[in-house]
Amino acid sequence: MTGVQEAEAGVRVSRPISQGPEWTFELIRRYDEAIGECAREFGLDTYQNQIEVIASEQMLDAYASTGLPITYPHWSYGKEFIRNEALYRKGYQGLAYEIVINSDPCISYLMEENTITMQALVVAHAAYGHNSFFKGNYLFRQWTYADAILDYLVFARNYVMKCEERYGVAAVEEILDSCHALSPHGVDKYKRPGAKSLKDEARRQIEREENARQLFNDLWRTLPRKEAPQPETSARAAFPAEPEENLLYFIEKYSPKLEPWQKEIVRIVRKIAQYFYPQSQTKVMNEGWACFWHYTLINRLYDKGLVNDAFMLEFLQSHTNVITQRGFDQPGYGGLNPYALGFAMYQDLKRICEAPTDEDRQWFPDIAGGDWRQVLDFAMRNFKDESFIAQYLSPKLIRDFRFFAIADYADESELIVDSIHDEAGYQRVRTLLSRQYNRDYMVPDIQACNYERDGDRSLTLRHQMPRSRPLREDEAEETLKHLGRLWGFTVRLESVGDDGEVKSVLECPG
Amino acid sequence: MNHLIDRRLAGGNKSAVNRERFLRRYKEQIRRSVKGIVAERSITDIDKGGNVNIPARDIREPVFRHGPGGDREIVHSGNREFVAGDTIPRPQGGGEGGGRGNEGGEGEAVDDFVFSLSREEFLDLFFEDMELPDLVRNFLGDIPERKWVRAGYRREGSPNNLAVVRTLKQSLGRRIALSAAIRDELEAARAELEDAERRSVSIMQISMLRERVETLEKKLKRVPFLDELDLRYRNRVAVPAPVARAVMFCLMDVSASMDERKKDLAKRFFTLLYLFLTRKYEQVNLVFIRHTDNAEECDEQAFFHDPRTGGTVVCSALELMHEIVEERYNDASWNIYAAQASDGDAFGSDPAKSVRFLREFLLPLTRYFAYIEIPDENDGRTSTLWAAYEELPAVARNFAMRRVGGHSEIYPVFRELFGKETA
Repeated sequence: MTGVQEAEAGVRVSRPISQGPEWTFELIRRYDEAIGECAREFGLDTYQNQIEVIASEQMLDAYASTGLPITYPHWSYGKEFIRNEALYRKGYQGLAYEIVINSDPCISYLMEENTITMQALVVAHAAYGHNSFFKGNYLFRQWTYADAILDYLVFARNYVMKCEERYGVAAVEEILDSCHALSPHGVDKYKRPGAKSLKDEARRQIEREENARQLFNDLWRTLPRKEAPQPETSARAAFPAEPEENLLYFIEKYSPKLEPWQKEIVRIVRKIAQYFYPQSQTKVMNEGWACFWHYTLINRLYDKGLVNDAFMLEFLQSHTNVITQRGFDQPGYGGLNPYALGFAMYQDLKRICEAPTDEDRQWFPDIAGGDWRQVLDFAMRNFKDESFIAQYLSPKLIRDFRFFAIADYADESELIVDSIHDEAGYQRVRTLLSRQYNRDYMVPDIQACNYERDGDRSLTLRHQMPRSRPLREDEAEETLKHLGRLWGFTVRLESVGDDGEVKSVLECPG
Repeated sequence: MNHLIDRRLAGGNKSAVNRERFLRRYKEQIRRSVKGIVAERSITDIDKGGNVNIPARDIREPVFRHGPGGDREIVHSGNREFVAGDTIPRPQGGGEGGGRGNEGGEGEAVDDFVFSLSREEFLDLFFEDMELPDLVRNFLGDIPERKWVRAGYRREGSPNNLAVVRTLKQSLGRRIALSAAIRDELEAARAELEDAERRSVSIMQISMLRERVETLEKKLKRVPFLDELDLRYRNRVAVPAPVARAVMFCLMDVSASMDERKKDLAKRFFTLLYLFLTRKYEQVNLVFIRHTDNAEECDEQAFFHDPRTGGTVVCSALELMHEIVEERYNDASWNIYAAQASDGDAFGSDPAKSVRFLREFLLPLTRYFAYIEIPDENDGRTSTLWAAYEELPAVARNFAMRRVGGHSEIYPVFRELFGKETA
C-alpha cells in the first residue's frame, strides 16, 4: 500500500463515500460503482454482477447446499445445515462473509450483518476478484457453462423431485447416496462435454423416453431370434477397451440394472460434480486472486480518497485475518491456507515484475521486470494450482513461509525432514508442494477396467496405488457397496502397486 | 449494469426440508438418544428440547480416500529448527506405519455428531406412535369444537378471502353480456360508415355516422373491467366437529414408604403422562389425586412438588376418584382414564377392598386403568397390592399393570402402556 500511497500522497483529497459502519443499499451501490471503476482501470474482465443481500439464515442455507443457490433435497444437506447451524449458534464458527456463484451473471451474496467496510471488501473480493477468475481461467472456461448452470440446477431439482413423487423418496435417496459416494470419481478430466442448456436437457430426456415408448413393440419378442454370429473369443476382448476413470459416466452408460430415471439421476450428480471440478483444482489460485484484487482495489479507493482511515483499519484487520498462515506448531494450524498462499504468490509475482532481485532474474528470467498486469493475467488464465505453484513459487516465498517437507515412508520408523527453505531445497519443496495440489494426491486413482458383458456382468475396478498408498479400508468397503448398488452385479476393486501387481482385492457381491 | 438485490425477505429456511430428511433418516439413533436424555434429566427439565448425539460413523458419507501407509511427502509451513535429513519420531507412534491423523483437512472427525432438537421436535419424537387406548369420539353439542369447511362462494367477505379466479370469471361474463349489444351496434355502424364513405354521401351524413361510431366506442370503453358486482369471496362455514372428551386421573401414593427415589420415579412417570396428554389432546382434563391414609385432590403444582407423608390406604384414593367421577364426569360422553402409582404397600383388608372396588365400580367406568408399581431396589418379592391386583387383568381387559425399577425403565413402560398397538 505504502508505495502507491506515497506517490500520490501529495494530491490525495479525502472525500470518503461513507463515514460510519452502517450500510445502505445506496452506499453499496456507490461502492460497487467506485470499485468497478478501479477494476476497469486495471483491466479486469468480468461477467455482469448480481449482488444479493441475504440474512444469516439464508447464508446457512447456502452453506448447506455447497454454495449452490438451488439443489435437490437430500439428507446430507440437512446434516451440513444442522452442523453449521449448531456451530454458528454457539459461536464456534463465524459465517463466511460471502458466497459467490460461478454463473453469468455472477451472483455474490452479501450478509446483512456485515458493516459497510465488509460489504465493500466482499464486493471487491467476489464481484470483481472471483468473477474475473471465473471468466478468465481456462479450467472454468473449459468445464463450466456459466450461463447455463442455474437453469441446469432448476432442471435437476425438478427432475429429482418428480422422481420422488413417482418412485418414492426412499428409492431416490438410495440412488443419490450411492452417487454422492462416487461423485469424486464422476468427473472428466480431459474430454469436453457438449454444451447443453436446460431446454436441451429437458427435451433430450423427453425424447429419450418417448423414443423408447414408441419403439416398444411386444411383437418383436415373439419373432424367432436369428442366431447371432458368435463372436470369436479373441474378438471378445476386454470391455471397455480403455479404462474409464469417470465411474459415474461408466455407470450411467453401461449399468445393466439401472432404470432410465436412475441413470438420469446419476447424470445429474455427475454434472454437478463436474461443475465443481475446476473449483477444487484452483482453490489457491482462485482465492489468492480474489484476495489480491480486493486488496489492490480497496487500496486504490483509499488512494483516490474515497475511503477514510477508519475504513482502512477495519479492512486491513479483516484482510489480515483471512491471509494469515500459521506455523505447523502453532495452535489452530490446519495445513496450508489457500488464501495466504495464493495472495502471497500474486503479490510476489507483482514484486518480481516491479522490483526484481538477482535471484528473481535467475529463477524467472522471462517475467522479472515485466508488466505485472500482463504477467498476472497470464498466470490467472492458464494455470491450475498444481501448475501455478510449479511455475511461480519463488525462493523468497519459500523462505517467507518457511516451508519444509516431511517425508513419511512406510519402511522408515521415523519421519524424515526431506527438504527445507535453503538453496538445496527450493526446487524440491516447490515440486513437492505442487504435487500436493495434484488431484490424484487427494482423490485415489480408480478406474473401471473390465466389465464382463458376456459373462457374469461383474465390474472390475483398478485402483492404481502410487507409492503404495492404500485406501482407507473400512470406508472403501462402504463405498464399494454403493457402487454395487448402482451396478447391480458383483463389483471388485483391485489395488495395483507401482510394479503392476495386484496387492489386494475388495469384492462386493451383487 | 450491475444489479443489487435485497433477498433478505425471500424465504429463508430453504434447508428445512433437508433437515427434516436428516431427522427422518436417523430417527432410530435420535430416538435412542432421546430416551437416554429422559432418564438423565431432572423432572423440571424433561420437556425441554435437547442435544442429540449420533455417532459420527453412523452418518458418515463414505468415499474412496487414501488411508494411512505408503510413501509420501507433506509440505508444512513455519519451520524453525529443522534441517534436511533430521528425523522426527512419528506422532502417536502409530503401530502399522500410520501416518499423521489429520493432515490438510483430510482427516475424519471421530466425535459424535451433536445437534439440538427444538422442544417440539423432541416431544414429537418422544410421543410418536402413542395414543390413549379406546378413545371414543363423540358429537357433543356443548363443546365449542368446530371445524371450518369450504362452502362455495359469496358476495361479501374480507379481502383475504377474495376468490380471484372466480371474480375474474364473473367479470368476464358481465363484460361479454354488457358489451355484446354495443359491439353489434358498433360493427353495424362501422360498416355503415365504410359504406357511406365508399358511396361518398354528404359530409354531414358521414360526420354523423362517425360521431355515432365514436359514441359507441366510448360506450364500449365504459364497461368496467371489474365491477363490485363481480367480487366473489370464498365462503366458509363452521360445522361442529366430533371431539373426544377425556379425563385422566393420576393417583399417586405419597405415604412414608414411598421414599424419595420412588417418588421421583412416580413423578417422572406422571410427568411423562402429563406432557403426553397436554401435548396430544387439547380436550383432556387432568385430575390429580394423592393419598396417604386419606386421599385428597390437588393441583399439578402440589402433586409434583409438595412433600407429604403419612400412612397408606389405597382404597381412599379409589373412592375419591369415584366420587369425582360421579360428581363431574358422570356422563357417557367422557372417556375416563386412570393411572395409579404406588410401591405396592398395603395393609390389612385394604388390598382386597381396593380390588373389589376397582372391579365393581371403577373399571366398568374407565376406558383404561394403568397401575405402575415401583418396588424397593433389589426387591424381588411380590407386594401385597400387586398380588391382589394380579387377578384383575384376567377379568378386565382395560386394566394393565407394570413394574418400574429405575429411570431407564420408565420410558419403555410408558411406551408399552400407551403404544398405538394397545389401542
